[in-house]
Amino acid sequence: MLLEDKDRIFTNIYGFHDSGLKGARARGSWDGTKFFIDKGHDWIISEMKTSGLRGRGGAGFPTGLKWSFMPKAVPRPSYLVINADESEPGSFKDREIMRNDPHLLIEGALLAGFAMRAHTSYIYIRGEFIRERERLQRAIDEAYDAKLIGKNNIHGWDFDLYVSHGAGAYICGEETALLESLEGKKGQPRLKPPFPANVGLYGAPTTINNVESIAVVPEILRRGGHWFAALGLPNNTGTKLFQISGHVNRPCVVEEEMGIPLRQLIDEHCGGVRGGWSNLLAVIPGGSSMPLIPADLCETLTMDFDSLSKLKSGLGTAAIIVLDKSADVVKAIARIAYFYKHESCGQCTPCREGTGWMWRVLDRMSRGEAEKSEIDRLFDVSKQIEGHTICALGDAAAWPVQGLIRHFRPEIEARIDAYKAAHRQAAE
Amino acid sequence: MAVRRLSPDQPRDFAFTPENLAWAKETIAKFPPGKQASAIIPLLWRAQEQSGGWLPEPALRHVADMLGVAYIRAYEVATFYTMFQLSPVGAKAHVQVCGTTPCMLRGAEGLIDICKRRIAEHPHELSEDGNFSWEEVECLGCCANAPVVQIWKDTYEDLTPEALDKVLGAFARGAAPKPGSQVGRKTSSPEGPPTSLADPALYDGSRLGDWRARFPELQEGGSGAAPAAEKPKG
Repeated sequence: MLLEDKDRIFTNIYGFHDSGLKGARARGSWDGTKFFIDKGHDWIISEMKTSGLRGRGGAGFPTGLKWSFMPKAVPRPSYLVINADESEPGSFKDREIMRNDPHLLIEGALLAGFAMRAHTSYIYIRGEFIRERERLQRAIDEAYDAKLIGKNNIHGWDFDLYVSHGAGAYICGEETALLESLEGKKGQPRLKPPFPANVGLYGAPTTINNVESIAVVPEILRRGGHWFAALGLPNNTGTKLFQISGHVNRPCVVEEEMGIPLRQLIDEHCGGVRGGWSNLLAVIPGGSSMPLIPADLCETLTMDFDSLSKLKSGLGTAAIIVLDKSADVVKAIARIAYFYKHESCGQCTPCREGTGWMWRVLDRMSRGEAEKSEIDRLFDVSKQIEGHTICALGDAAAWPVQGLIRHFRPEIEARIDAYKAAHRQAAE
Repeated sequence: MAVRRLSPDQPRDFAFTPENLAWAKETIAKFPPGKQASAIIPLLWRAQEQSGGWLPEPALRHVADMLGVAYIRAYEVATFYTMFQLSPVGAKAHVQVCGTTPCMLRGAEGLIDICKRRIAEHPHELSEDGNFSWEEVECLGCCANAPVVQIWKDTYEDLTPEALDKVLGAFARGAAPKPGSQVGRKTSSPEGPPTSLADPALYDGSRLGDWRARFPELQEGGSGAAPAAEKPKG
C-alpha cells in the first residue's frame, strides 16, 4: 500500500502551493514550535531517538544519537551546519525542499539547533543551486521579520541562521570537506578523529546534518517519534523522499514509506519502466556511488538501508537511476567513473591516481578495447582504493565499478570478444 | 581533479562596485570576527558575476586583500572550485551541459552535439561572435528533469536537442527563454495526473493544532475532553 497523504511531511514538494511563510503556516509549519522548545533539549533528542530517524544524507546514521554526541557545557559556541551540497548524481530532493518547502527546513533548524544548544547555524548549499539559494534566503528573511528566529525571537532561544554556498565541488558534501570550504579553503576532507562534534567549524563543537534530516524534525515532534517509527520497517523507519531518474516513463521525486518495494514505487509513481518491467536492465539504487543491481534481483527488492546492504549495495540518498535494456551499462558506469575522477579532491594518492586509472580502463572496456585479464585487475585496483583514503570518495568511486564487474562481467567479455573479432577481420 | 589555469590575458585591475562592496561587507558579517575568510567563495562568486561571468586574476587579489588572506589562498579556491571560470565566457550565454549518467541516459550527448555545432568545437572556446561558450559539467542536481543545461542562474530542463536549439536561439536574439521544464511540467512532479498530495485537508488548515491532542497538559479540564493520545516517554 502506498503512503497516505495524511502521513506525508513534504506537502509542497512540487511547488504547487505558496512556499512563503503564510502558505507554510497554513500547511502546519511553525505550529507549536514554542511548546516543543519549552519541553527542553533532552525531550527533543529523546523524541528523535524514538523516531528511529536515520540520516538522510546517505550514510544512514541515527540522527538522535548523533545529536546526543554534542557536548552539553563548553565555553565555546556550538554550531549546527546543514549540508545542502546535494551533488550525488541521481539526487535532487534537497533542491525541492529548499525551493518549495523552505520553512520546514528553517523550523527544523531552530529545533535542532536548540536541542544541541547551538545559537548559530549555517546552511551550506551547492553553488549551482542559485535560484534555490535565493528562495531559501527569502524564506529566512521572512522568518527573521516575523521574529521566529534571530535574537530575542518569540521562541526564547536566540538563533541565527545563515546561508553560505560552494562553487562546484562534489567533495564538499563530505562533512569535513564542507567545514573546510565553509572556513574559506579548498574542500579537502579532514582526518577523523577528532570528530566534528568535538572539533568542527572553527574548532568548535559542530553537528552536520542533511537538509531532509532537519526538515522532518518539526513534523516528528508534532506527531511524535512513535508515529514516525510506526511507518516503514524496523530499523528503517519513517518516510523518505525517493528520487527516480533515467529510463522510466515519468521521472519524479516522491515521498514514500521506507521499505516500499522498488517495483511498486516505479509502477505507481513513475508510470513504469520505459518499455515495461521486462525491459529493465538494472537500477542504481542510491545515487551514483552505490553498486548497481541487475533486473532479476529488482523484482522483490524493497527500498531500505538493510535490504540493500544485504545485496552489497546501499540506499544512499534513495536516488534511483533506472537503466533499461537500451542502455549501455559499461558506458554508464564509465561515465560515473569519470565523475569521480573529476571530483576527487587530490589529497589521497589512491583516489587521485586510482579514479583516473579506473576511468581510462573502463573507457576502453566500453569499446571492448581491452584484455579479459584486465577485468580482474580493475576489480583488484578498486579494492585497493576502497578503504584506503581519508574520506569515502575513494569508496564511492570503487563501488560502482565493483558492482559492474560483479553483475555484468559477461557483457564486458562479450564486448572484448566483439572488438577482437572486428579487428582480426580488419587485419586479414 | 581537473587541470585549471588562469587565462594569460587579464585585465589590469578590478574593484567591486559600491553596491557589491556594501553587499560584501554584509556577507562578511555573517561569520564570526576573525573568520572573515569564510566569505571567500561568495565574494569571488560576486566578483565573477560583476566581471561578465568569469573571474579575472586582479579580482582574486582584490578579494584576498579585503579578507586579509594570502593571494595563494584565493588562487587555490579559484582553481579548486570548478564554477569559477578562469577565462572569458560567452557574452550572451555560457551553456553548462550536464553530462553525468542520469542526463546521459536521457540524451545529454545530443545536447553536446548542438553546442558543438552552434557554438564551438571545444568546451570553454568562445563562439566566433564571442556571444556563446559551453562546457560539460558534473551533475546539476536536476536528474528527474534530465537532460538539463544551466545558463547563468537558471536551469533549462526536460530538453531535447531541438528544445535546446530553441533556447539558444532565444538567447541569441537577446530574449529571455522560460527557465525550468521545457515540456511544461511543474518542477520534478511526475508528468500527467498527480500520484500523491491530492487530499484537500492538507491545505485547508483543518489539521492545524492536531498535535495538541498528544499532550495531556494541553487538554482543558484534564483528561476526557480530547481524544486519548499516547504520552511520549521521557
